[in-house]
Amino acid sequence: MHKESKIRDPLILGNKTYHDITRDIARPVEGKANKYWWILFSLSAVLMLWGFACMAYTIGTGIGTWGLNRTVDWAWDITNFVWWIGIGHAGTLISAVLLLFRQKWRMAINRSAEAMTIFGVAQAALFPLIHMGRPWLAYFVFPIPNQFGSLWVNFNSPLLWDVFAISTYFSVSCVFWYIGLIPDFAMLRDRMDKTIAPMRKKLYTLMAFGWSGKAKHWQRFEEVSLVLAGLATPLVFSVHSIVSMDFATSIIPGWHTTIFPPYFVLGALFSGFAMVETLLIIMRKVVNMEAYITIKHIEYMNVIILFTGSLVGVAYITELFMAWYSGVEFEQYAFLNRATGPYWWAYASMMTCNVVIPQLYWIYKIRTSFVATFILSIFVNIGMWFERFVIIVTSLHRDFLPSSWSMFSPTFVDIGIFLGTIGFFFVLFLLYSRAFPVVAQAELKSILKSSGSEYKK
Amino acid sequence: MKNKIIHAIFDDEQDVLSVVKNLKNQKFIVNEVYSPFPIHGLDPVLGLKETRMAITAFIYGCIGLAFGSLLIYYIMISGVGKSWPLNIGGKPNFTFYHNLPSFVPIMFECTVLFSAHLMSLTYLFRNKLYPGATTTSPDPRTTDDKFLVEIFYDKKKEDIISLLKNSNVSEINEKDEV
Repeated sequence: MHKESKIRDPLILGNKTYHDITRDIARPVEGKANKYWWILFSLSAVLMLWGFACMAYTIGTGIGTWGLNRTVDWAWDITNFVWWIGIGHAGTLISAVLLLFRQKWRMAINRSAEAMTIFGVAQAALFPLIHMGRPWLAYFVFPIPNQFGSLWVNFNSPLLWDVFAISTYFSVSCVFWYIGLIPDFAMLRDRMDKTIAPMRKKLYTLMAFGWSGKAKHWQRFEEVSLVLAGLATPLVFSVHSIVSMDFATSIIPGWHTTIFPPYFVLGALFSGFAMVETLLIIMRKVVNMEAYITIKHIEYMNVIILFTGSLVGVAYITELFMAWYSGVEFEQYAFLNRATGPYWWAYASMMTCNVVIPQLYWIYKIRTSFVATFILSIFVNIGMWFERFVIIVTSLHRDFLPSSWSMFSPTFVDIGIFLGTIGFFFVLFLLYSRAFPVVAQAELKSILKSSGSEYKK
Repeated sequence: MKNKIIHAIFDDEQDVLSVVKNLKNQKFIVNEVYSPFPIHGLDPVLGLKETRMAITAFIYGCIGLAFGSLLIYYIMISGVGKSWPLNIGGKPNFTFYHNLPSFVPIMFECTVLFSAHLMSLTYLFRNKLYPGATTTSPDPRTTDDKFLVEIFYDKKKEDIISLLKNSNVSEINEKDEV
């Protein structure tokens, strides 16, 4: 059996047995939702419906309902798209990269992080879809044999790379999630009483795929998880690199830089972890997972946020330096305009939220406090939204021709759709927290004896 | 014939490891172990061969890479590309290798797509997992906190029972037919 140093902090608190873990994880699924769940759910559902109404208005009337203009022809929607894709990154990072590095603390949070990934990427995918104007023609983006006069997709285009990257990322994340869920659905299935909850028993029987926990099945399970992690790791890095190439392969000053792929990947991890913290700090209270999602988990995540936040700061400064060092006046002006132009407040918010505020995590007291972490994670979420806004809008709004300079301001439809995706995301996440085992209990049981607090004495 | 079964139920995975080792040493037939989580070190004791899932992933990945390359080759270069020549960014689409750098992302994505999905399907297929399948575990507690060792025998039942009783067993259930 794997042994672990006694100095290392326990990952499972309290005097737990295997059966306690089963009971704790099954409780939110078997019990009734509390008042807070219903309040949150109603709020999110209202936001979601408002967002759907705005989307319907956009599709019915046209993209003219948005705040776009001829100069800034790509703004709010792509900002939201990149923001959601970034949020969708921590899930696979936590499960895949941390699995490869044998980080056991991932086990308490990977299930929810993966759920966040899937729901986040689904929100992201909505934006290009509605920006098409005629979303029922969305299948045009795939290379399918057709009769439109050999109209095929262009494989040189980063936008097509995006189609492939995001659909691969979404579907592989779903598979990775589901493979891990099968044993946990089986646990729920075996606990359900046929006479008390016949429908639920049937549902979980269907979803558990007949899992029985044979030795050979577990052997294959572990191998498949490991290989999927090995495949998902380069996939995570490729997806956000490709998203960044949507910008970097163009010749717009401020976008046309080679630093973009690593810079976007780091930013994505940074914002993804912040969103995981925002969600988990609430969730651990609402569904009583305090013994499994501990301050130690939060601290580990804070260290990653501190690290990636600092690297993002280095990337910002490198960009400024390279703009100056390049000697290209368009490039220099683009960055000068970012920091001191009419959108200086967006740049300042980005710098404060992403570079300055995460530095507070150097202080032990702050990175080991739930309240402080929650507040800081909100700042990071906001800061990372501004980062994308700054990159996209400030690079476009003053182009090469001063006569076409312009400003962007969102309409109520822009804002409504964004709020709608936030509502939609929380609706999905809240439903998930009531119907799915929110912690990978089978994996957690395997580390109980090496990382459980009473075994550490 | 070996048509009788003993189901020995344990509370701890370490007991399972040692009891399976002892049973195997005495040439008893341990047919299966059902557990709520993977027990590390059990595979060699049970005599399970290494799984070949990773090899299938590699093969599927190669198929994905070939598919992606051929798709791009047909659309951009040989088939559609020939009847519809394009010059994008100063790179005419006459040859595959000159355009290769901008084809790499999609070739990579196709490799991962095929590898991950087909391996997962193979996994479900080999484990006979599908929607609507029912569990084959003899005891529903094996997904909770119990470890079940299934032993086939025709005689020497007492030996098995005494071996089990010396090893922290929590329950012993006997069944007659296979």
